[in-house]
Amino acid sequence: MKNTIAERVADFLKRYPPFDLLSKEQLIEISGQVRITYLEKDSIVYKQDENGHDQFYVVHKGAVELKREEQDKVKTVDYCDEGDIFGLRPLFANESYAITAIAEEESIVYGIPIDTFKPIVTQNLNIGNFLIESFASNTKDPFSKEYTKKLYADDDVILKNDPEIFDLQPVKYVKKVVWAQPSTIIKEVAQLMNSKKVSSVILKENGVPLGIVTDKDFRNLVATGIVAIDRPVSEIMSSPVLCYPKHTTIAQAQISMMKHNVSHLCITKDGTSNSKVIGIVSDHDIVLMQGNNPSVLMKAIQKANSTKKLKAIHKKIQVLLKGYIRQNIPLTHISKIIFELNDATIKRVIDRTVEKIGEPPVEFAWISLGSQGRKEQLLHTDQDNAIIFEDVPADKSEEVRAYFLLLAKKVTKRLNIIGYEYCNADMMARNPKWTLSLSEWKKQFTKWTSTAGDDEILLCSIFFDYDISYGNSSLTTSLADHIFDITKDNQRFLSMLGVSALRNPSPMGFFRQFLVEKDGEHKDLFDLKKRALMPITDAGRLLILQHRVKNINNTAERFEKLAQLEPENKELYLSCSYVAKSLLKFRTKHGLMHNDSGRYIELAALTKEEKMKLKRCFKIITQVQELIKFRFNLSHFL
Amino acid sequence: MINWFKKRNRETLPDYWRAYQDLCNQKLPENIKEVRFVILDTETTGFDYKEDRILSIGAITLLNNRIDLSESFEIYIKQDRFNPQTVAIHGIIKNEKVSMLDEEDAMKLFLKYIENAVLVAHHAGFDIGMLNQILKRMALPRLKNKVLDTMILFKATRITSNLIDRDKNYSLDEIAENYNIEVKDRHTAAGDAYITAMAFIRIIGQLNKNGKLTTKDLLKI
Repeated sequence: MKNTIAERVADFLKRYPPFDLLSKEQLIEISGQVRITYLEKDSIVYKQDENGHDQFYVVHKGAVELKREEQDKVKTVDYCDEGDIFGLRPLFANESYAITAIAEEESIVYGIPIDTFKPIVTQNLNIGNFLIESFASNTKDPFSKEYTKKLYADDDVILKNDPEIFDLQPVKYVKKVVWAQPSTIIKEVAQLMNSKKVSSVILKENGVPLGIVTDKDFRNLVATGIVAIDRPVSEIMSSPVLCYPKHTTIAQAQISMMKHNVSHLCITKDGTSNSKVIGIVSDHDIVLMQGNNPSVLMKAIQKANSTKKLKAIHKKIQVLLKGYIRQNIPLTHISKIIFELNDATIKRVIDRTVEKIGEPPVEFAWISLGSQGRKEQLLHTDQDNAIIFEDVPADKSEEVRAYFLLLAKKVTKRLNIIGYEYCNADMMARNPKWTLSLSEWKKQFTKWTSTAGDDEILLCSIFFDYDISYGNSSLTTSLADHIFDITKDNQRFLSMLGVSALRNPSPMGFFRQFLVEKDGEHKDLFDLKKRALMPITDAGRLLILQHRVKNINNTAERFEKLAQLEPENKELYLSCSYVAKSLLKFRTKHGLMHNDSGRYIELAALTKEEKMKLKRCFKIITQVQELIKFRFNLSHFL
Repeated sequence: MINWFKKRNRETLPDYWRAYQDLCNQKLPENIKEVRFVILDTETTGFDYKEDRILSIGAITLLNNRIDLSESFEIYIKQDRFNPQTVAIHGIIKNEKVSMLDEEDAMKLFLKYIENAVLVAHHAGFDIGMLNQILKRMALPRLKNKVLDTMILFKATRITSNLIDRDKNYSLDEIAENYNIEVKDRHTAAGDAYITAMAFIRIIGQLNKNGKLTTKDLLKI
């Protein structure tokens, strides 16, 4: 019988070890028995000490976290993502699970029945060897980092900020070593390094390392004129190379680099320079392994050459954010850093996509909208974006548009893989409605502002807060100028915007109790976004628009600017700025606490102090709403 | 239209149908994790209910967020009608080398497979309509199962706002793109059923974020 679905599963599995070692028939046989399981975020696949299941698992989509409890401490052992196997060893060893597996995000895993898999392992010598090697590699700690590359997970694992554990982790080395013969001409080696984008080359003969050259050697010995560029590279190499076995810990690697004043170590099979080279470690790699530090992450983003890498970095950013919030660092700092990292990620993705699909035919700007444009998006990284491209002659316009739609499609997809969820209102550049030329955008805004109904006002409020993420800023500036021109004397529009800013009145009820949602999914919860964040954001946007201030999109910063522009209202505006910041922090904190967007708050869970704080914020919101009502003469609208 | 077979006595219905019908009279569990969903797709010779015929049915079962591929369903049906235009889409030629069943046997197998499961398909109306046509030719009543349409469910995950065309028809390809589901074997019944199933579990995940969605809620969407 034909089994189309099994073939699909087989197509997926064969990309990953050990399934790549199976014959086609074996693969189909296994695939036909696979059980596909959907895991909600945080759901448990198996628990530590639980008896082994009748199947082991392969991650198809998403990520699974492996944790181990040790003396009341929960230690993250590993993260598994696409193609990684977990929960296999206990089944072979007939043991219960030594770790817990939890879905770190919404995931789909394949369960492969051990009864189907075992006979195949015994038939296929290669697989048997692979598994034995993987299991036996480190009997003391079968979950050590070292073998993760093969069986447990990808190389980029979040290392917790625990210096003790960190130092003793086995060092991670680059396996794809760039090498040359010692007799190669210096110039050729330099060209090789350039094309491979590496800072060092191992020089080996018969697989054994003889020496190493690094950027520094070129600077010290070649650029200074001491050695000519047509000489063999052996004249400038450092020899012998410092070699270590693969079990070397990070601490050990670091110390020996310092001791010998070198920046690279070679990893060989037996740890001496007489055996095969299997990898290389640089001091830079070690810094990167240390993980959660913004400048390191920033560098890593700029160097990342795969979407998978960027995804791993994105995860680290979340860890960083958690740490910042826990340490109670002022929100202005946090949001700037997180914004910069997110922004760099987007830029990197666009850069890589442009590299892949070819240079854009004309200038363009990739803009982020809504909360991301306002730099207020800390937790819930939704994608809201659009493209403005330069005007082109009519006969070229469809061709040009097609390029940008393709670009948008690829970029949004990659961002989604990294962890930026698709906007579920399709407010994204891949939607042909939001990839427009400059004059089309101008027309769009003119239309929205002249025929403003509720929908148009909503669109305006989303698109007004745009911020350029990539490309030519003269396009965004020109659009901003246009918006100021068309809104300047448009009383009707400003009034509509005013009404919309007041549509959610003070969230306090008559008896000074909080207003909670009356029905739906979030019944009896307090909607922090709708009742508090949106009113203050809307107010800031409207007031700043009236002053024609460009390029300030952040609500708190807008109010600071307003405080300068209107000294008579300085006190109120500064309070508003404070409110915007503290509400955002409140939301982020609650989001992190409950692992969601932090939008809906359970009032019973708040401390008295938090409630007081919120109430103070609402008082300020009421005051600024009064100001708007008066200034835009809105009493008869309401 | 007078539905003559409605008058047919229970006694005259074949045993397999009566068994199926009895199952369908059972009440569905309230907890969606206990509900058996059968996600299906059909390939046909065209879009005319009267003229066109089903060439293959692919289906998989989802229970408690889990799909067991050893229980998937894929059959090909022998048909006299042949439409060269749709061959280009589904690639099933007249004398396909896979084993083929006649319509009646195919339907018997299908009924036995689905039991009282909730049926799920993309643009479900069409597939169910075509299946009912087979039943009609066999002088049997229509399918009794509850039916869900992934097109409608997907819409329910979108923000309800005037900014989106509420009447937009989402194709299976568009939905697959939204969830980053690889589209391979598009236009084979089993391949499309698989894509639909992957989309379905993601949609349910989205609709059931707070874990409170009941079977009744789901069927009301």
